[in-house]
Amino acid sequence: MISKEIKSYFPILNQEINGNPLVYLDSAATSQKPVQVIEALENYYKFDNSNVHRGVHTLGNRATEKYEGAREKVQKFINASSTEEIVFLRGTTTAINLVAQSYGRANVNEGDEIVITYMEHHSNIIPWQQLAKERGAILKYIELEEDGTISLEQVQAAVTERTKIVSMVYVSNVLGTMNPVKEVARIAHDNGAVMVVDGAQAAPHLKIDVQQLDCDFFAFSGHKMVGPTGIGVLYGKKALLNEMEPVEFGGEMIDFVGLYDSTWKELPWKFEGGTPIIAGAVGLGAAIDFLNEIGLNEIEKHEHKMAAYAMEKMSGIEGLEIYGPKDPTKRAGIVTFNLNDVHPHDVATVLDMSGIAVRAGHHCAQPLMKWLKVTATARASFYVYNDESDIDRLVEGLRSAKEYFNDVF
Amino acid sequence: MSFKNLDQLYRSVIMDHYKTPRNKGTIENDSINIEMNNPTCGDRIHLTLQVEDGIVKDAKFDGEGCSISMASASMMTQAVKGKDVETALGLSKTFSDMMLGKEYDESEDLGDIEALQGVSQFPARIKCATLAWKAMEKGVHEQEKS
Repeated sequence: MISKEIKSYFPILNQEINGNPLVYLDSAATSQKPVQVIEALENYYKFDNSNVHRGVHTLGNRATEKYEGAREKVQKFINASSTEEIVFLRGTTTAINLVAQSYGRANVNEGDEIVITYMEHHSNIIPWQQLAKERGAILKYIELEEDGTISLEQVQAAVTERTKIVSMVYVSNVLGTMNPVKEVARIAHDNGAVMVVDGAQAAPHLKIDVQQLDCDFFAFSGHKMVGPTGIGVLYGKKALLNEMEPVEFGGEMIDFVGLYDSTWKELPWKFEGGTPIIAGAVGLGAAIDFLNEIGLNEIEKHEHKMAAYAMEKMSGIEGLEIYGPKDPTKRAGIVTFNLNDVHPHDVATVLDMSGIAVRAGHHCAQPLMKWLKVTATARASFYVYNDESDIDRLVEGLRSAKEYFNDVF
Repeated sequence: MSFKNLDQLYRSVIMDHYKTPRNKGTIENDSINIEMNNPTCGDRIHLTLQVEDGIVKDAKFDGEGCSISMASASMMTQAVKGKDVETALGLSKTFSDMMLGKEYDESEDLGDIEALQGVSQFPARIKCATLAWKAMEKGVHEQEKS
């Protein structure tokens, strides 16, 4: 059950900003961290810190066990079939870049197609733009429906036998839309393409089952799911990862090093060149424990409830426009909006003066902003530590902002 | 809720420039034509200047952005019009110092621009205020190079 108690685990939330109690509504950018995660990091550095996979001394063993233990937690968290399919990287961006640079370079040739959508984050656009330019391939965009959802007919129309990669966001960081990635994966496979899922906004909020989705790659970041920054995950099907070349070379990822040639370690380590992100992985493991304790199904329900409550209350504000699906069950806890003539920066500044943190700008999704025909929007995003009272504060803040600008205009 | 601090930011002269921007548009026979974005937030300015014999004869801007960025652009075009290029760049330096909270030449008559001083108290908004000035500087320097 999501209760008030959860908030008490997040020390950062217990402070005043500009003389008002902080209301943090920017979790889609990064989530706050509970004491359990902060302590896991602290304890790792206090008691277990050592380099991994170099056995012999006790600390080395402990650090390795913790690091590999975190990998097992991730494997179970997304229901991958083995830990070999879990690669620790810096975050979603690095993970997608790895797929583009390794799988993409080896499999995408001149005239081939890469299919993405208008609602992608820049991190799921630019790696493909670069790959397409390099290989002489064609980058195609799936059109969105009026309400900012994706229809399978449009996917069918875009994906052809020339398509090698389909990459799609699971939950949009702007519209909050939840996309039918399982069905899209089937269409991709029917056409001989692989399916890449950008799970950065999905992993924190819903139960992920990569086997059930049958996606080929799934990328997500620790910091959006109460974990530390600088740790993320690439899941890949073992058969594909086995065939792929590493993109970073050096220590940790090698098997045998000769003067002119070398061989790579087994999966997943061949993709983890250099001293790995040990503390980050340990922190991510603690984050997963924390989320499991609450239950991902509970979290998803809570998000829908927050989205529904926010949309209901916010639509009572005259001149406020909400973007994306109107049906709250079709979206995660993200509400992107504009307040008639007031620029989102100005809205965000006024809210900040009331202690309310929201995001304003293009949310790293410029093509989507263009599709929405806006240059910028404001976004409130909710997580396990938010409740109705936070949304009430937001609505009150928005009313004040409106009044304030009515007066000064 | 009190917004006393906000009044430092949204001074009435700023809101006036935002509502009724001066020098909005583009110059046909421009000698400097420059576009600049603030990539983190999506603010965009298109600035055209007509410089003759080292004097800014005309200045116009177009673009999209928040009240601070657009008001600042309006004020900037107003301030540099009729000035020689050196003076315009000097003003830009003074403005930048003012935004960064550094000491600046207070004897200089900044006119409406003075109203933007409160922005320096809002670190997240300083980039909004300096966008138009940065565009002007870049445009002038690019022209000098060619």
